[in-house]
Amino acid sequence: MKLTKKEVLHVATLARLNIDESLIDTFAVQLGDILEYVKTLDRLDTAGVPPTFHAVDKSNAFREDRTTEHLDREAAVSNAPVEDDGYFIVPKVIE
Amino acid sequence: MINLHKLTIHEAQDRLKNKEISAQELTRAVFERIEAVEPSVDAYITVTQDIAMAQAEAADKDISENNIRPLTGIPVAVKDLICTKGVKTTCASKILENFIPPYDATVMDKLNAAGAVMVGKVNMDEFAMGSSTENSGIKVTKNPWNLSHIPGGSSGGSAAAVSADMCLGSLGSDTGGSIRQPASHCGVVGIKPTYGRVSRFGLVAFASSLDQIGPLAKDVTDAAVLLQVISGYDPKDSTSIDKTIPDYRAALTGNVKDLKIGIPRQYHTSNGMSPDVLSAVQNAMNLFKDAGAELVDISLPHSQYAVAAYYLIAPAEACSNLARYDGVKYGLRDKASASLVDMYQNTRSKGFGPEVQRRILLGTYALSAGYYDAYYKKASQIRTLIKHDFMQAFDACDIILSPVTPSPAFKIGENVDDPLTMYLSDIFTLSANLAGIPGLSIPCGISKNNLPIGLQLMGNYFAETTILNAAFCFEQATEFHKLRPKL
Repeated sequence: MKLTKKEVLHVATLARLNIDESLIDTFAVQLGDILEYVKTLDRLDTAGVPPTFHAVDKSNAFREDRTTEHLDREAAVSNAPVEDDGYFIVPKVIE
Repeated sequence: MINLHKLTIHEAQDRLKNKEISAQELTRAVFERIEAVEPSVDAYITVTQDIAMAQAEAADKDISENNIRPLTGIPVAVKDLICTKGVKTTCASKILENFIPPYDATVMDKLNAAGAVMVGKVNMDEFAMGSSTENSGIKVTKNPWNLSHIPGGSSGGSAAAVSADMCLGSLGSDTGGSIRQPASHCGVVGIKPTYGRVSRFGLVAFASSLDQIGPLAKDVTDAAVLLQVISGYDPKDSTSIDKTIPDYRAALTGNVKDLKIGIPRQYHTSNGMSPDVLSAVQNAMNLFKDAGAELVDISLPHSQYAVAAYYLIAPAEACSNLARYDGVKYGLRDKASASLVDMYQNTRSKGFGPEVQRRILLGTYALSAGYYDAYYKKASQIRTLIKHDFMQAFDACDIILSPVTPSPAFKIGENVDDPLTMYLSDIFTLSANLAGIPGLSIPCGISKNNLPIGLQLMGNYFAETTILNAAFCFEQATEFHKLRPKL
């Protein structure tokens, strides 16, 4: 099984990735191989089996809504690629 | 005194306490060792000598005042996906190459409170995605036993640094075997604790329902000492579990009389297995039997589906977790892009390496409209069956014994173009992550071509003491943990 070029590009768009033209075919083959392999799961009838999304049974972890220690603004933006006066700067969104 | 870098943590602790050595001497010895062998092993991404020497000086002051804590003056290395305040944390990725966390992970708070000395940050597969450390975006780490072989992964730097005596112990993380497999390949001890035992606050997330931090060490006692320090409930990690922490070291009696050791028949086939691994594991079984343990035949019928289920669940979680790398708040940004969407796409494409992109694509595909039920939900249902297999097995036995990997470390470059073959090498370790149970690897043999072989022991939820004690029994009766690579 090999994904089509269209499928690879569609998934890449969803994932916000630009796939280099030269790599599309490689990814199509490799992802196809992996998806073919995971099809072995279809051999098993799982009707009525509840899914496990979490390894250890635990319900929501609630806490009091109180102010706790937190990063100050300077620290929070210290790694921003572009920052101005404590704000994250992004390319213009609205013309 | 020479060769201080060869000491185990507990040996160093005794000498520090008796004032035979100082923490500064010990730390200097470790840095001399790093200077000598790091050029051939390439385990470290960042070496933090200034921090370490200051911490060692403080440790010596503490020792002189008899204020000795669980890791006072002990040089440790930390996998480069654990946030260290003020010290670069790259995840071995171009996208985080210059990221300097403004806070410490909870495990770092714990190491610091215990008096540890941080030697540096160690290499890994980018975002912990890989089994060989070849997927690092920074450098390729070599196996100290044979520099043309991989150290395993993803915690390859953590394992290689311990194996090569470039630290006394280290922290790694394990999402599908990333502590146990490199420990096995490098001839050291590594333990993945029960999911929820160790806080992941400040651990850069890969697959949140599977990730767990754990120690790599030169012997079982050291692993117990490190695990003691990092374990415990943390309100900052909502998956952390509030449960009493046993005294791990005190549990090491070496007595395995009447311990029921489950031998899963599905794991002990000769199919695709290295004969060296098979015979080393068989010898281990015999040794446990001689020590008074009882070997019990068990079945894990759904284990054949673990790889497929894992390689849907982990990428699905990864593609969500890695959505945060968008060039806005931290990390790389493609500054040439004019629009926001172009900036996202160009940043992510430039910043992520091929394996990370492959897994993001795979996870996105599995979660995309029309495929969710067929892939992600199906895999999550099979996860339930895998978990039930273990629950049933633990009705009949106390621990489960198996190989860690089908073969010793392969050659660098051997499997890079074939991701599926690479994934299949995780076959014995993934199930413990899917079920959330603890597992460890201890050295149990040396292959004909002189590479270490590991033995995996898995336990029931929060039964770390049981597997550590069984491992200790094995270690007492063997010399494999004392073997070191010739560098």
